[in-house]
Amino acid sequence: MSDYIIKNGFVFDPLTGIKGDKKDIGIKDGKIVEASEVKGGKTIDASGKTVMAGGVDIHTHCVGPKVNVGRLMRPEDKLFRSRTKVGNTRVEMGFSVPSTFATGYAYARMGYSFLNEAAMPPLHAPHVHEEIRDTPIVDIAAMPVMGNNWFQLEYLKNRELENNAAYTAWLLNATKGFGIKCVNPGGTEAWGWGMNCTTIHDPVPYFDITPAEIVKGQMETNELLGLPHCLHVHPNNLGNPGNYTTTLDTLKLAEGIKPNNKFGRDVVLHNTHLQFHSYDGTTWADFESGSKKVMDYVNAHDNISFDVGFVTLDETTTMTADGPFEFHLNRLNNLKWANTDVELETAAGIVPYVYDKNIKVCDIQWAIGLELALLAKDHMRCHLTTDHPNAGPFTRYPRVIKWLMSKKARDDLLHSFKWSEKVIAATQLESMDRELSLYEIAQMTRAGPAKCMGISNMYGSLKEGTNANIAIYDINPEKMPKDPELIEKAFSETAYTFKDGVMVVENGVVIATTPKYTVWTDVKVKENAIVERDIHEKFAKYYSVGLENYKVFDEHMHNPRAIEVDATN
Amino acid sequence: MAKILLNMITQRSIEEGIAMEIGKPSKEYFEACSLVEMNEDDIKALGITPNTNVKVTSESGEVIVKAVVARQTCYRGLCHIRQGVWANQVVPPRTQSTGEPQYSGFPVYIEPAPFERIKSALECVQGAVGLWKEGNE
Amino acid sequence: MPKVIKNVGCPYCGACCDDVEVTVSDDGKRVLEVKNVCAIGTQIFMHGGDHDGRIKLPRMRQPDGTMKDVSFKEAIDFTAKTLLKAKKPLMYGFGSTNCEGHAAAARVMERAGGCLDNCASICHGSSFLAIFDNGYPSCTLGEVKNRADVIVYWGSNPAHAHPRHMSRYAIFPRGFFTGKGHKSRTVIVIDPRFTDTGRVADYYLQVRQGHDYELFDAFRMVCHGHADDIPDVVANIPKETILEVAEVMKNARFCNFFYGMGLCHSDGRNHNIDIAISLTRDLNEFTKCTIMAMRGHYNITGPGAVWSWQFGFPYCLDLTKKTMVHMNPGETSSVDLAMRDEIDAFINIGTDAGAHFPIPAVQHLKKHPFITIDPSRNMASEISDLHVPVKICGVDDGGIVYRMDNVPIQYRKVVDAPAGVPSDEEFLDAVYERMVELEGEGFI
Repeated sequence: MSDYIIKNGFVFDPLTGIKGDKKDIGIKDGKIVEASEVKGGKTIDASGKTVMAGGVDIHTHCVGPKVNVGRLMRPEDKLFRSRTKVGNTRVEMGFSVPSTFATGYAYARMGYSFLNEAAMPPLHAPHVHEEIRDTPIVDIAAMPVMGNNWFQLEYLKNRELENNAAYTAWLLNATKGFGIKCVNPGGTEAWGWGMNCTTIHDPVPYFDITPAEIVKGQMETNELLGLPHCLHVHPNNLGNPGNYTTTLDTLKLAEGIKPNNKFGRDVVLHNTHLQFHSYDGTTWADFESGSKKVMDYVNAHDNISFDVGFVTLDETTTMTADGPFEFHLNRLNNLKWANTDVELETAAGIVPYVYDKNIKVCDIQWAIGLELALLAKDHMRCHLTTDHPNAGPFTRYPRVIKWLMSKKARDDLLHSFKWSEKVIAATQLESMDRELSLYEIAQMTRAGPAKCMGISNMYGSLKEGTNANIAIYDINPEKMPKDPELIEKAFSETAYTFKDGVMVVENGVVIATTPKYTVWTDVKVKENAIVERDIHEKFAKYYSVGLENYKVFDEHMHNPRAIEVDATN
Repeated sequence: MAKILLNMITQRSIEEGIAMEIGKPSKEYFEACSLVEMNEDDIKALGITPNTNVKVTSESGEVIVKAVVARQTCYRGLCHIRQGVWANQVVPPRTQSTGEPQYSGFPVYIEPAPFERIKSALECVQGAVGLWKEGNE
Repeated sequence: MPKVIKNVGCPYCGACCDDVEVTVSDDGKRVLEVKNVCAIGTQIFMHGGDHDGRIKLPRMRQPDGTMKDVSFKEAIDFTAKTLLKAKKPLMYGFGSTNCEGHAAAARVMERAGGCLDNCASICHGSSFLAIFDNGYPSCTLGEVKNRADVIVYWGSNPAHAHPRHMSRYAIFPRGFFTGKGHKSRTVIVIDPRFTDTGRVADYYLQVRQGHDYELFDAFRMVCHGHADDIPDVVANIPKETILEVAEVMKNARFCNFFYGMGLCHSDGRNHNIDIAISLTRDLNEFTKCTIMAMRGHYNITGPGAVWSWQFGFPYCLDLTKKTMVHMNPGETSSVDLAMRDEIDAFINIGTDAGAHFPIPAVQHLKKHPFITIDPSRNMASEISDLHVPVKICGVDDGGIVYRMDNVPIQYRKVVDAPAGVPSDEEFLDAVYERMVELEGEGFI
């Protein structure tokens, strides 16, 4: 393995507080070191360029069963829009739901090194791990979906937090999962009967628990265990006009709950794709932005974080464990609809969607995403995502960065809309002059997500001793380009990407792959006979798969990297 | 003795499944699959008794099999040869541009062939590609 | 002492029963006894391991037509050279191969620049075509077990093709909301033959063969409020039966359609599936309704999954350009390629095209080099130029397989394969390495 010195770049590293200083970075044995420690390594001239840690995506649907149904269901997603293979890489196919190879390479070209797969149905965990194996370069963690899990509904209904914690630890171990994902709490179980929960107080059929009780109980469970990441919530009532009230109700559940972990995380609730949850109005006719009402709350409460889920105005493929939402969306656009209800656990729906810039609602959604990021006071708690591929494919992150950094870029687009006046009236984007800095972009794309997930000792930083995951962008902070397109271009294809000290991308071309890792959370808890009995009973009676075959075999995990948590006390 | 036109389908059966796993060259496979299941009245219309050999002819080939009364009843006009070697001697390869051959629902003529021999699986397939020789079993 | 291994997955049908108990001989070479398995599965387990009947070396056809044992090294070399020499080789099969094998095959065919197809091409390919157009509102089998109170088997005969399907998942099990088992459920069977599955039905509808589409259409008319306009008889079914059964479906708490080859293989092909999906969508206006394809082999769902994540297409892949992939069933499907005689080398793996393709397609394929990779003698192996024996996934090799509902099941190795016999993955990886070597030496 070669050693390197990256010389004269402008370094942005929020976790060490470096704000664009010229600084040399050393790479030795795959780790970041003081530049002076590198003797005889190769020199990379980064003068006039921006140096950041490898990107960290806190919420992306990149691997697993519903992503794969999206690929299978949409042959048209491959037409005309796939790259031609170069060099000794594998074929890259697909646009909104790219193949595993295309996903790994495309993230590497954008300078990313860590992805958090946002929704792993526990029953399908071996599938997720197979796809992780086939996604090159980037390290991946996957969150098992638990917000509608029968064990949790029963334990939380009875306020048996210790049992719930023991079960959660068992499930993370069985699925080799990373943290607790909660999607449309209670609503997806209701979908088993074709119903839904649209407020946090709707009782779940049969189980007779409310979404509020689920979210609160899971937050407490998370802090009881001291997991690296906080509870990761997709609240009820996604995508409906007026849903910001449900969002505020959900966020308020975190009041009074304190973080408990050894990983440097200081939030207890992460609201994912907040854009889809910040809608005002009562119907699609009077639909308008609720971003200010939501951000006033978020800015004033520092134990919550969010990612945006920016709408990128593309044809894409929506997919979520929020089964009833996808059914509802399908009734709006009448395109093809796939659904998979997963026994005792969750569901998933998939519907293609065209965010058409000639449709007012789509443009308002686009504006809401940008407003959230521009209203945010602390970008360590505001993360860049497109809820890939729901609001747009992850390959549009550079375009989002352009809109965030350039008022001109977003104004030009806003004024080009067919219904621009109506869009302007329903939003406040036009009045906003803020342009984010490269430092804030670094917070949104690596430092903030890494801190929120409790992995900042391994990812998202250029601290000495961490893995040498580095992105070097061809953009000069002292001479920011006048043409915003150049911002997009710079973030689309790095000058260099390093993964674990190996140069994997050079001038936007993938030149090498390197072993990649599966990150998961290994939680030790006290023995719990009640939970063990419950697990055996549910598998004997209700699951269609044997308990011993449900747990992911070690041989099916690709390069595991475990985060140890001791919760035996 | 008559010749009748029937609508043929070919599907799985448990006898075929068991025999296939024993082995396609086996006696079990031969017994499970080298027959055509018909409605009793269609067999009568052929002027034969059940368990008589018949010749099945389609647009793409012909095969000798034994006519039996279907236990899983076929209505009159429908016949069934279990999925496998004998059925595929007559299944038309046309796919309606889907990749799937016409396994279910194609016209066949059935006529009595009491003195003709049913070929073994190997003879059917090797014979079709010019590899069959006595003693290959 | 013989050893009992529990929680073993069965390598027969798409129901992927994973509760099999296998008793293995002291030396770990033979299966002595199996429990919790159907008659077909029993046969497969009895074939695994190291015993006299097992083929242990590749067999190469000689100029006089006989087969002669050769080394695996020769087999690897022959396969690699065949692939490199061919302009448009086809690798087809994979119903009885683990997903690790599917991934290895994809790498080989991407390098070779050929076509890659699986048994869905002649089985549930129609389902894929319908899914491309209309989606797939489905669920896992445990959902059916725990919730479904109306079960429809349409053009499928699990009593014969998926022997434990009804008892494990669909009709008889007592689930969470279906505690009375069979008594909690209404069973509807629609099939032109009065099958053994039909015998357990509460409603058996003897549809006229090839006219399923009309019957679906009639059910859809009821859902859309046009019951009055239905003719007196549709596809052999009286109007009053259609209305009665439609009410059963609409008033279900949870209704699931299982469908099979009766729809895929009949005239109309994908259109039959398409309208089945549309009916499922319609019924969701009244209740909860899902649909599921009765996939045949235990891992025929696997290649569709693996190739979808690797290439974005589940079957009928054309990789001849080597830099991108396209799929166009009808053009790139195995039987059509064969009938147009576009294929100039054929590899049959984990299936038996010799027995299951219409014979004219086999005759075309046999004009060119023909290789079979399969543990046992079958019709394809007996007309091949080369037959390579491999391990049996689920018996002497482990690996991941996908059940008919896309749930991954981790299979176990229960006995040792004969020494030197590789898995599909090991053999294909060796072919890949040999191809790289040959290309480096300037072969072709």
